[in-house]
Amino acid sequence: MAKIEIKNIRKDFGDFNAVEKSSFTIEDGEFFMLLGPSGCGKTTTLRMIAGLELPTSGEIYLDGEEISQQPPSKRDIAFVFQMFALYPHLNVRKNLSYPLVSQGMPRSQVKAKIEEVSGILGIKDILNRPVGGLSGGDRQRVALGRAIVRDPKAFMMDEPLGALDAEFREHMSEELRALHDRMNATTVYVTHDQLEAMQMGDKIVVMNNAVVEQFGTPQQIYDTPATMFVADFIGSPSMNFLRFEGALENGATRVDLNGQMLAVPKQLQGASGKLVFGVRPEHVSLSENGDYRGKVLTTEYLGTTQIITLDTPNGELKARIDSAQTATVGENVALNFEAPKITLFDETTGLALRSSLNREVLAHG
Amino acid sequence: MSSFSVTEPSARSKWFAGTLVILYALITMVPLAWIMLTGFKSPSDAISYPPKIVFEPTLEGYVNLFTTRTRQTPEFLAANPPEKWYEEIVREYDMVIAGPSKFGERFLNSVIIGFGSTFLSIFLGTLAAYAFSRFKIPLADDLLFFILSTRMMPPIAVAIPIFLMYRQLGLSDTHLGMILLYTGVNISLAVWLLKGFIDEIPLEYEEAALIDGYTRFQAFYKVVLPQAATGIASTAIFCLIFAWNEYAFAVLLTSGTAQTAPPFIPTIIGVGGLDWPAVAAGATIFLLPVMIFTILLRKHLLRGITFGAVRK
Repeated sequence: MAKIEIKNIRKDFGDFNAVEKSSFTIEDGEFFMLLGPSGCGKTTTLRMIAGLELPTSGEIYLDGEEISQQPPSKRDIAFVFQMFALYPHLNVRKNLSYPLVSQGMPRSQVKAKIEEVSGILGIKDILNRPVGGLSGGDRQRVALGRAIVRDPKAFMMDEPLGALDAEFREHMSEELRALHDRMNATTVYVTHDQLEAMQMGDKIVVMNNAVVEQFGTPQQIYDTPATMFVADFIGSPSMNFLRFEGALENGATRVDLNGQMLAVPKQLQGASGKLVFGVRPEHVSLSENGDYRGKVLTTEYLGTTQIITLDTPNGELKARIDSAQTATVGENVALNFEAPKITLFDETTGLALRSSLNREVLAHG
Repeated sequence: MSSFSVTEPSARSKWFAGTLVILYALITMVPLAWIMLTGFKSPSDAISYPPKIVFEPTLEGYVNLFTTRTRQTPEFLAANPPEKWYEEIVREYDMVIAGPSKFGERFLNSVIIGFGSTFLSIFLGTLAAYAFSRFKIPLADDLLFFILSTRMMPPIAVAIPIFLMYRQLGLSDTHLGMILLYTGVNISLAVWLLKGFIDEIPLEYEEAALIDGYTRFQAFYKVVLPQAATGIASTAIFCLIFAWNEYAFAVLLTSGTAQTAPPFIPTIIGVGGLDWPAVAAGATIFLLPVMIFTILLRKHLLRGITFGAVRK
């Protein structure tokens, strides 16, 4: 198993810049998520680690060894493709043995290894079937089997659950995570599904437009987004942005929103101009008394909670509140924000302003 | 089961479709059957009017095809009674067998030139098609167009330059010359057909093989080739059929050592006119290799082996 370091990696396809200088480190045994909307460069990054694309510049270290210009066969990295890419002319057993045969492993050893892996994945009874007739889940298991069978240094997975039905996906993601915990293998996993990333990942890199926006644990990324893009991309519904114009001093603990002074974490940098007050829906509560008010537009019932959409002087806002609490459409209610959880952004740069809340995260982000 | 299904045709429409297909097959097979039957007729039966469908079969045509014969005096015939069954057949015409005909040699030429050029076309075509399909080649579209442009006129239109060129190069009436010629004509078709087939094979398979520790060439050889088998088989059949049946260039460029069967068969002259049964026998034997080749590759033509392995 291995530690992977990405340093200033960059990839251009002709005039198109797919990945802008990116750096991050994947620790040994980590389940690492590359998250971002389609076309953001996450798959290209994954393919560069695996060797299917060569970076235009920058270095990739696998266990301290620079591998960025080596062919994939020399890297000892396994790859699980979104479309599985099982060899269609071979049966399940041959698909699994393919990577072992290429290493020149003796036959008896190959057989034992396949027994072991098919046992782990529960595909013993389909070993002699052609891959064409398998169900989506079984194909996924065979694709995983082909990856784990040769004990590679690291696994690359390119949206491996993308081709499965929603129902089965849930099940498979648990299986995947359990498999990872059992083998403790360094895994890099590409997804555009923020829920999947939060659920399964030890660490997440959020990419957008070829740039790494933020790198951290799911909690860090959710609680202290470094950019407005991350704040918007993570969470459902996403973070509310209340836009306002004003000035902030270094050390401020309150901001002036439409005449109301709202508490925020202690600011560590001054700013002025177009600013954004970012608050997660679950950090908004409704009450009778208060000076910052909004009008209820719609309510969505979600079982234990409900999502209330409100119209405020600084734009639309969604609040996640207990479903026991009543909210009537058209009602004018007071809004309270959980001050320690607020993030302020500079709208022109899209970056979070440094505060006592995100100080540590932004320092190395 | 319900009586109506969207995917399953009704028994009546199946029966109707089946009848149509059988009827069409029968009609297309009539000339073929006629040639094969004529090969077993006697010369007089072959030209009788109205045509005979029921006749007494004889191997005369085949004997005449494979032998050369001479007429002999009654004294000579009486002194040398026929020994073999085929000698008896020619004896009816007061003839004896002088030796084998050139048909065997010509047929072998056809096999060498036909299969040789097919192999060469497929070999070069597959490599070129793979390169066009997978690699970034400067001016790839223009090159593909140039390759195809060799098919934009009938090959025979350039017969005279080719004839002169071959005479200069000493390629006239050689096996190599004919193989090169047919390969040249076939290769554009092969590259285009095979490129289409290889384009259809998802890149992920090769990438998976690269990841699994194989080199680019191994990935091509072990993963792409088996999946392109269907395309290779059908392209090979097209190439073989062209090279095998080609007549005009064969007449023009070959006369002896490298002459193929098509220009040879019409030269079979019998006693007092064209020996139709011998010609028909030659045509029948000539048909067989392509038929066998097609039947052998039929499995690949019909089976969509990549079905279902990649979810689309």
